[in-house]
Amino acid sequence: MAVPSIKFDTAETLISAYKMPTGAKWSDATRTNAIARLREMGAPNKRDEYWKYTDPSALTAIPAANAALFENDETPMFDSIDRLRVVFVDGVYDPAQSDDLSGENVVIETLGDALGKDIHWAKDLFGALEADGQNPVPRPLATLNTAVASEGLVIHATGKVNRPIAIRYVHSSESSDAMVHHVIKVEEGADITLLESGPGAARFNSVVEVDIADNGGFHHVRTQGRDHERKTVTHMFARLGRESTFKSFTMTVNGVLTRNDTVIELTGDDAHATVGGASAGDGTGFHHDDTVFITHDAVNCESRQVFKKVLRNGATGVFQGKILVKPDAQKTDGYQISQGLLLDEDSNFLAKPELEIYADDVACSHGSTVGAIDDDTLFYLTSRGIPRQEAQDMLVLAFLGEAIEEIEDEALAADILDRMDAWMKRRQG
Amino acid sequence: MLEIKNLQVDLEEEEKTILKGVDLKIGEGEVHAIMGPNGSGKSTTSYVLSGKDGYEVTGGSATLDGADLLDMEPEERAAAGLFLAFQYPVEIPGVGNMTFLRTAVNAQRKARGEEELSAGDFLKLVREKAKALKIDADMLKRPVNVGFSGGEKKRNEILQMAMLEPKMCVLDETDSGLDVDAMKLVAEGVNALRDGKRSFLVITHYQRLLDHIKPDVVHIMADGKIVKSGGPELALEVENNGYADILAEVA
Ligand SMILES: Nc1ncnc2c1ncn2[C@@H]1O[C@H](COP(=O)(O)OP(=O)(O)OP(=O)(O)O)[C@@H](O)[C@H]1O
Ligand SMILES: [Mg+2]
Repeated sequence: MAVPSIKFDTAETLISAYKMPTGAKWSDATRTNAIARLREMGAPNKRDEYWKYTDPSALTAIPAANAALFENDETPMFDSIDRLRVVFVDGVYDPAQSDDLSGENVVIETLGDALGKDIHWAKDLFGALEADGQNPVPRPLATLNTAVASEGLVIHATGKVNRPIAIRYVHSSESSDAMVHHVIKVEEGADITLLESGPGAARFNSVVEVDIADNGGFHHVRTQGRDHERKTVTHMFARLGRESTFKSFTMTVNGVLTRNDTVIELTGDDAHATVGGASAGDGTGFHHDDTVFITHDAVNCESRQVFKKVLRNGATGVFQGKILVKPDAQKTDGYQISQGLLLDEDSNFLAKPELEIYADDVACSHGSTVGAIDDDTLFYLTSRGIPRQEAQDMLVLAFLGEAIEEIEDEALAADILDRMDAWMKRRQG
Repeated sequence: MLEIKNLQVDLEEEEKTILKGVDLKIGEGEVHAIMGPNGSGKSTTSYVLSGKDGYEVTGGSATLDGADLLDMEPEERAAAGLFLAFQYPVEIPGVGNMTFLRTAVNAQRKARGEEELSAGDFLKLVREKAKALKIDADMLKRPVNVGFSGGEKKRNEILQMAMLEPKMCVLDETDSGLDVDAMKLVAEGVNALRDGKRSFLVITHYQRLLDHIKPDVVHIMADGKIVKSGGPELALEVENNGYADILAEVA
């Protein structure tokens, strides 16, 4: 089939619409290369196999559609946790609202500051994991991000970092079109937690590249929420060394379009990766897509994917998850589950689980289910005096809870559960 | 207390009549038993009383202290004081037994305009009641009925009943699947709730349970109707001779 030329026209439109930062020194070559790659792969198009269930046009339209601001009177996410706060307003670092960027066992710089330097360690990582993650499926929106993003954080963890780095994205302009790129290097034996929250902007494109050395640990909890009209595309690229750990969890509520790509490569033996997500969508406008690609390229590694979506009033949830086991990745333990809970007949859950295995001594399993609330269970609860709506909420929360359990830190997990509970309560009556 | 008059029930999904005019009147503090062959409509009666979906009442009435049960949502029936111990208790993964009990107790209190139980008071109460039924802390922490043995599930039903303190308790084959000791525990649990006011409707196949929970009246249900009522001796007759004689006699 002929590749539609619209892909390339759109890529050109994007390239001319966004400015590559000038005088970006060490990142210059990477960015020029990214532009060339983007030209070659074209922009995502709904006719692409990888975008079969999610129409990317709102993510590539120039200009981005406006999104009304959302009044949120809740306490900020992760408020009860001792954390280092960093705030980006419409994708721009805001030093006034941020804490001092210094912590024990960690060096944090803004991408802007790092770009001003003649030489920087981030040169070897910035855009490199993204470029690696383009095979076998192109991810052009990440490449665009590499080419033009000038905002973000560059984080170097050299030991155990006790306070989580908590990034809050604030959406303050109706027409904001934000591009954020973080680079994180976790040294041997180091450990760091990254928290992200907030809608970000009218349109938000983020890339996180994480390189975890042997015995390193990276923990990530993210909430994307409460902003009804926003559109978001995120990419997380992670490379895992020997006996390292990667755990990422995302909670999503509201928003019209969210696409979260997670690309993980287990390159050292005995490494572990978990990616989880719980999302709740209400209304025909809600479209949420989790796309995961995990490559096992070392011996005795374990990966887990646990995704749960509860959908109502015509909302759509998508899961595309793949485990690729390379020929030498013996003793791989790969697990994947995706489940949709539909609260009515108008909602949709679309799943495409895939396994591609070239090693012979592996244990991989995947499952996908879609269902409704069980009538007998609901009756059991109501027969004990629990009102129907409350009973339904209990069951929804129990369903999502199985994904939330994947978060290692109990305080963070409890925080997420509370938010989900609150979201549900707002939908009562 | 409970008054069922000429209750007629069809299945919603298919053309089938299950209850063909059930009459039953249970006074305050009384214990009634219903026995009857498999498929005669005993569980259906209990489901229709407690408001399960899937049944269509085509005639008759059911009232609890004069209030029309059939017009209420299941949760309203519960708050009004009706409780059904299920023949097959449901497993609920992800919902802790303790959370479930507290939510139920407080929902009922709220519906009745009473104050919610504090976390401390609730805990004290549940521990005390669980102990009497030999339900250990681990079972309270686990998800509702998940991985419980048959007998544990039935004891858990009685624990819920003890916590909710209903005025009309319907027990659907709470004795089936119980070993001799568990049956005694359950019977003790039920008897502890007998206070001269609270009423019971005990559905069972076996006379044995009725040795422990002494009924005032025994009813025989067959083909969607109560066909015979009598004293405890009726249960003995069933135990010894089966249903054939009784059914032949009323036919
Ligand atoms: N939802 C349903 N769909 C189809 N048939 C049903 C349904 N509910 C009840 N029935 C039928 O109605 C009849 C009465 O069932 P019910 O469960 O009330 O019997 P029971 O007296 O409790 O029997 P048992 O002693 O075996 O528990 C049976 O023939 C049963 O198959
Ligand atoms: Mg039955």
